[in-house]
Amino acid sequence: MPVYSLNINGKIQKVDADSDTPLLWVLRDNLRLLGTKFGCGVGSCGACTIHMNGNATRACLMTVSSIGTAKITTIEGLSAKGDHPLQLAWDEVDVPQCGYCQTGQIMTAAAFLKKNPTPTLEQVETAMNGNLCRCAAYHRIREAVLAASQKTK
Amino acid sequence: MEHTLHQERRDFLRKVSLSAGGLLLGFTLFEDLAAQSGKGHVIEGVRHDFNSYLSIGTDGSITIASPNPELGQNIKTSFAMIVADELDADWSRVTVVQAPLDTSKFDRQLTGGSGAVPHSWKRLRTAGATARQMLIAAAATTWNVPASACTAENGFVIHKASGKKSSYGDLVTIAAKLNVPTDVPLKNHKDFKLIGKPIRNVENKNIVIGKPMFGLDFYRDGMVYAVIQRPPAFGSKIKSVDDKAARAVKGVSDVVRFGNNVAVVASSTWAAMKGRKALQINYEADKALESSSDHADIFSKLMDSPNARIQRKEGDVNAAFKAAAKVIKREYECPFVPHNPIEPMNFFADVRPDKVELIGPTQTPGSARRAVSDLLKIPENKITVDITRLGGGFGRRLKFDYVVEAAEISSIIKKPVKVIWSREDDMGGGSYRPAVRYRFEAALDANNNLIGYKLKGVGINAGNPTRENNFPSGSVDNLLIESLDHNSPITTGAWRAPITNFLAYAEQAFLDEVAEAMGKDPVQMRLDLLQKARTNPAGPVRYDIERMETVIKSVAEKSQWGKKPGTSQGISIYFSHASYVGQVCDVVMQDGKPVIKKITSVADCGVVVNSSGAQQQVMGGILDGMGHAMYGKLSFNAGEPEQKNFNVYKHIRMKGIPEVEAHFVDNGKDPTGLGEPALPPAGGAVANAIYKATGKRLYRQPFVEQEPFKSAE
Repeated sequence: MPVYSLNINGKIQKVDADSDTPLLWVLRDNLRLLGTKFGCGVGSCGACTIHMNGNATRACLMTVSSIGTAKITTIEGLSAKGDHPLQLAWDEVDVPQCGYCQTGQIMTAAAFLKKNPTPTLEQVETAMNGNLCRCAAYHRIREAVLAASQKTK
Repeated sequence: MEHTLHQERRDFLRKVSLSAGGLLLGFTLFEDLAAQSGKGHVIEGVRHDFNSYLSIGTDGSITIASPNPELGQNIKTSFAMIVADELDADWSRVTVVQAPLDTSKFDRQLTGGSGAVPHSWKRLRTAGATARQMLIAAAATTWNVPASACTAENGFVIHKASGKKSSYGDLVTIAAKLNVPTDVPLKNHKDFKLIGKPIRNVENKNIVIGKPMFGLDFYRDGMVYAVIQRPPAFGSKIKSVDDKAARAVKGVSDVVRFGNNVAVVASSTWAAMKGRKALQINYEADKALESSSDHADIFSKLMDSPNARIQRKEGDVNAAFKAAAKVIKREYECPFVPHNPIEPMNFFADVRPDKVELIGPTQTPGSARRAVSDLLKIPENKITVDITRLGGGFGRRLKFDYVVEAAEISSIIKKPVKVIWSREDDMGGGSYRPAVRYRFEAALDANNNLIGYKLKGVGINAGNPTRENNFPSGSVDNLLIESLDHNSPITTGAWRAPITNFLAYAEQAFLDEVAEAMGKDPVQMRLDLLQKARTNPAGPVRYDIERMETVIKSVAEKSQWGKKPGTSQGISIYFSHASYVGQVCDVVMQDGKPVIKKITSVADCGVVVNSSGAQQQVMGGILDGMGHAMYGKLSFNAGEPEQKNFNVYKHIRMKGIPEVEAHFVDNGKDPTGLGEPALPPAGGAVANAIYKATGKRLYRQPFVEQEPFKSAE
């Protein structure tokens, strides 16, 4: 199997994987970075959202061979101590129900707030609409994104 | 930094893998997570068990075991709050662990029916109060003062007269040796310090950093991965299998056929998925390959069949309808829907001759173990079940098909294995909310009194799709409720608020039409029926009239019922899972289209344990109910589901969610469940408000396929 050198969370990681392996399964099975979740495998739920060169990207849709030197950030690399403003807001607003989709939600929100630090409620809804939450914790997700944006102002 | 994280994670995995029996997965998992996050504690010194739920360390740390599977209903936080409140514990010293299946310590160790809190309320309180009394007794003995002169507060026992104060940690060694008292008094509700407060989910900090805690996050060195090809159509079976190409896929180690399933076993999830894709399997029909059009015909036949089962009968319905001045007859239909918990089905199994380990997400660990025991002919006491956090359930994980699969594959290949379902596997071959059609009939006399009421529910693998003792039963003198079921190869199962998740919509939409025909306000009409049930009941009344009245009046008041010009309102009241929930939906017209602006809810679930968690259950339940009423539909073609992933199956998303206001009745009654009861009323409130706004009645789900939404698309 080919060996790929991936830049993940600021560190070069060598992985043996078939070229068509989705990044999602490389992160999970090879690297045991388990905060990136499997939900649908077709890019429609957002549970596997990571950052690729700062852009929110579905890890289930990216093959390992397509990553190249792109900088990948997973939830494990979002902050040193789980203290990204979004992570703090998620706790303060008490967002999670089952919690499974929340890392993907946070990764989508983090990339979005970087580009738009002071969004309107409608902009938050548009940005977050691709992330499914089956528990429908949407009111609190929206509130937490807005709360975090206030803090980073 | 990343290296360290990775190392720690591997440590967690190893520790979990070394655990066996007892309360080990939970405790090991917790202690490791606490160590990693630098918070909480790795217990210094000794920990004393007080009972099944509670142990206290000599360092003052409190560990509370939560036996019921956590799937987002927030039981892990609520249970611990109840114990800790009666214990007068310092909440910041409390950690909560998921207990594995242990029938010697816990009963009703399952998640379903919104039953955990009502079942455990007294048990949990007693567990905390008993330990508290023992700690007080320990202090009293040490200080040589009467126990009655001591109080407990925030993790300390205090003797006010002398100013003596001792921590639970310092007292626990003595306390744990005392005889366990019986008939321990419980707190007055006014003395609750945690119960009723908004306490954050105890797992928040782990969830937001992606700590492994779900079933799919479980890995063990040496484990293999299995993906299973099940028949694509319900009612078909395997004719032949050619697995040559599958076996040639790199990483594939085994291809195993069991029953009508073919499992591809590999060294990674992706290799297993690729191998599965390379399988060449021919199927043939085994039973009827039903399509949605067949279901429509089946419904029509069942509806006209004279063979329905009578669920409840009062008075003389035929005479009432004969004498009626006005009859209203309507039919409602709801399709199959998948549960779609966001974490796909998965389970780990390691079957050995002398013991079996099962680890993963299940709502029903006891039944899963029994089924594995039956299959493998291994006694239950040789089988352990560790319960991971569940990425949602909605009833899907009350079925344990995927647990049994994992055990079966492991027993065949003699390796530890994790079975992984894709989304397509679950939507295409899982289990669903049954499809149902209802016919409601109401007879009004010349004075517009409701003198007769009929409901016939026909379903496809729905069992009894009626709830014959729910309102308005008890309030109508002549009543007939019947059901009839079609036995189909399509697998169905309990889906969050089983049956009532669609019965409530149909019934509440029908009652809205009955009120209109009576010329009555829908709120007053319900209150009048309840008054009839009180003063002159027709047969048994199986709901609490007063609680239902309170909810109706309260939701009318909170929603400003009838007092919002320009806003169309619809009301829906439902009693399910022992809780009473009323909802009012506000719709306004924008650019000629109806927009659902707000849903106001009032719930009577007795004591609210965690006001933050309760809000979540109601808000999420309403959006879940509204979302499925609006969009949910799984259709079939020749036995095969036509929607198999989220790109072709719509769930409610953030855009366009209405404002939701959740209120609670404060009556001090023992708590009832809240995971389900807020869902059933939502569809009816929406349908009734849409009618008010547009004049269009909604008789079928999903609403988006009906007027007025269809033409607005």
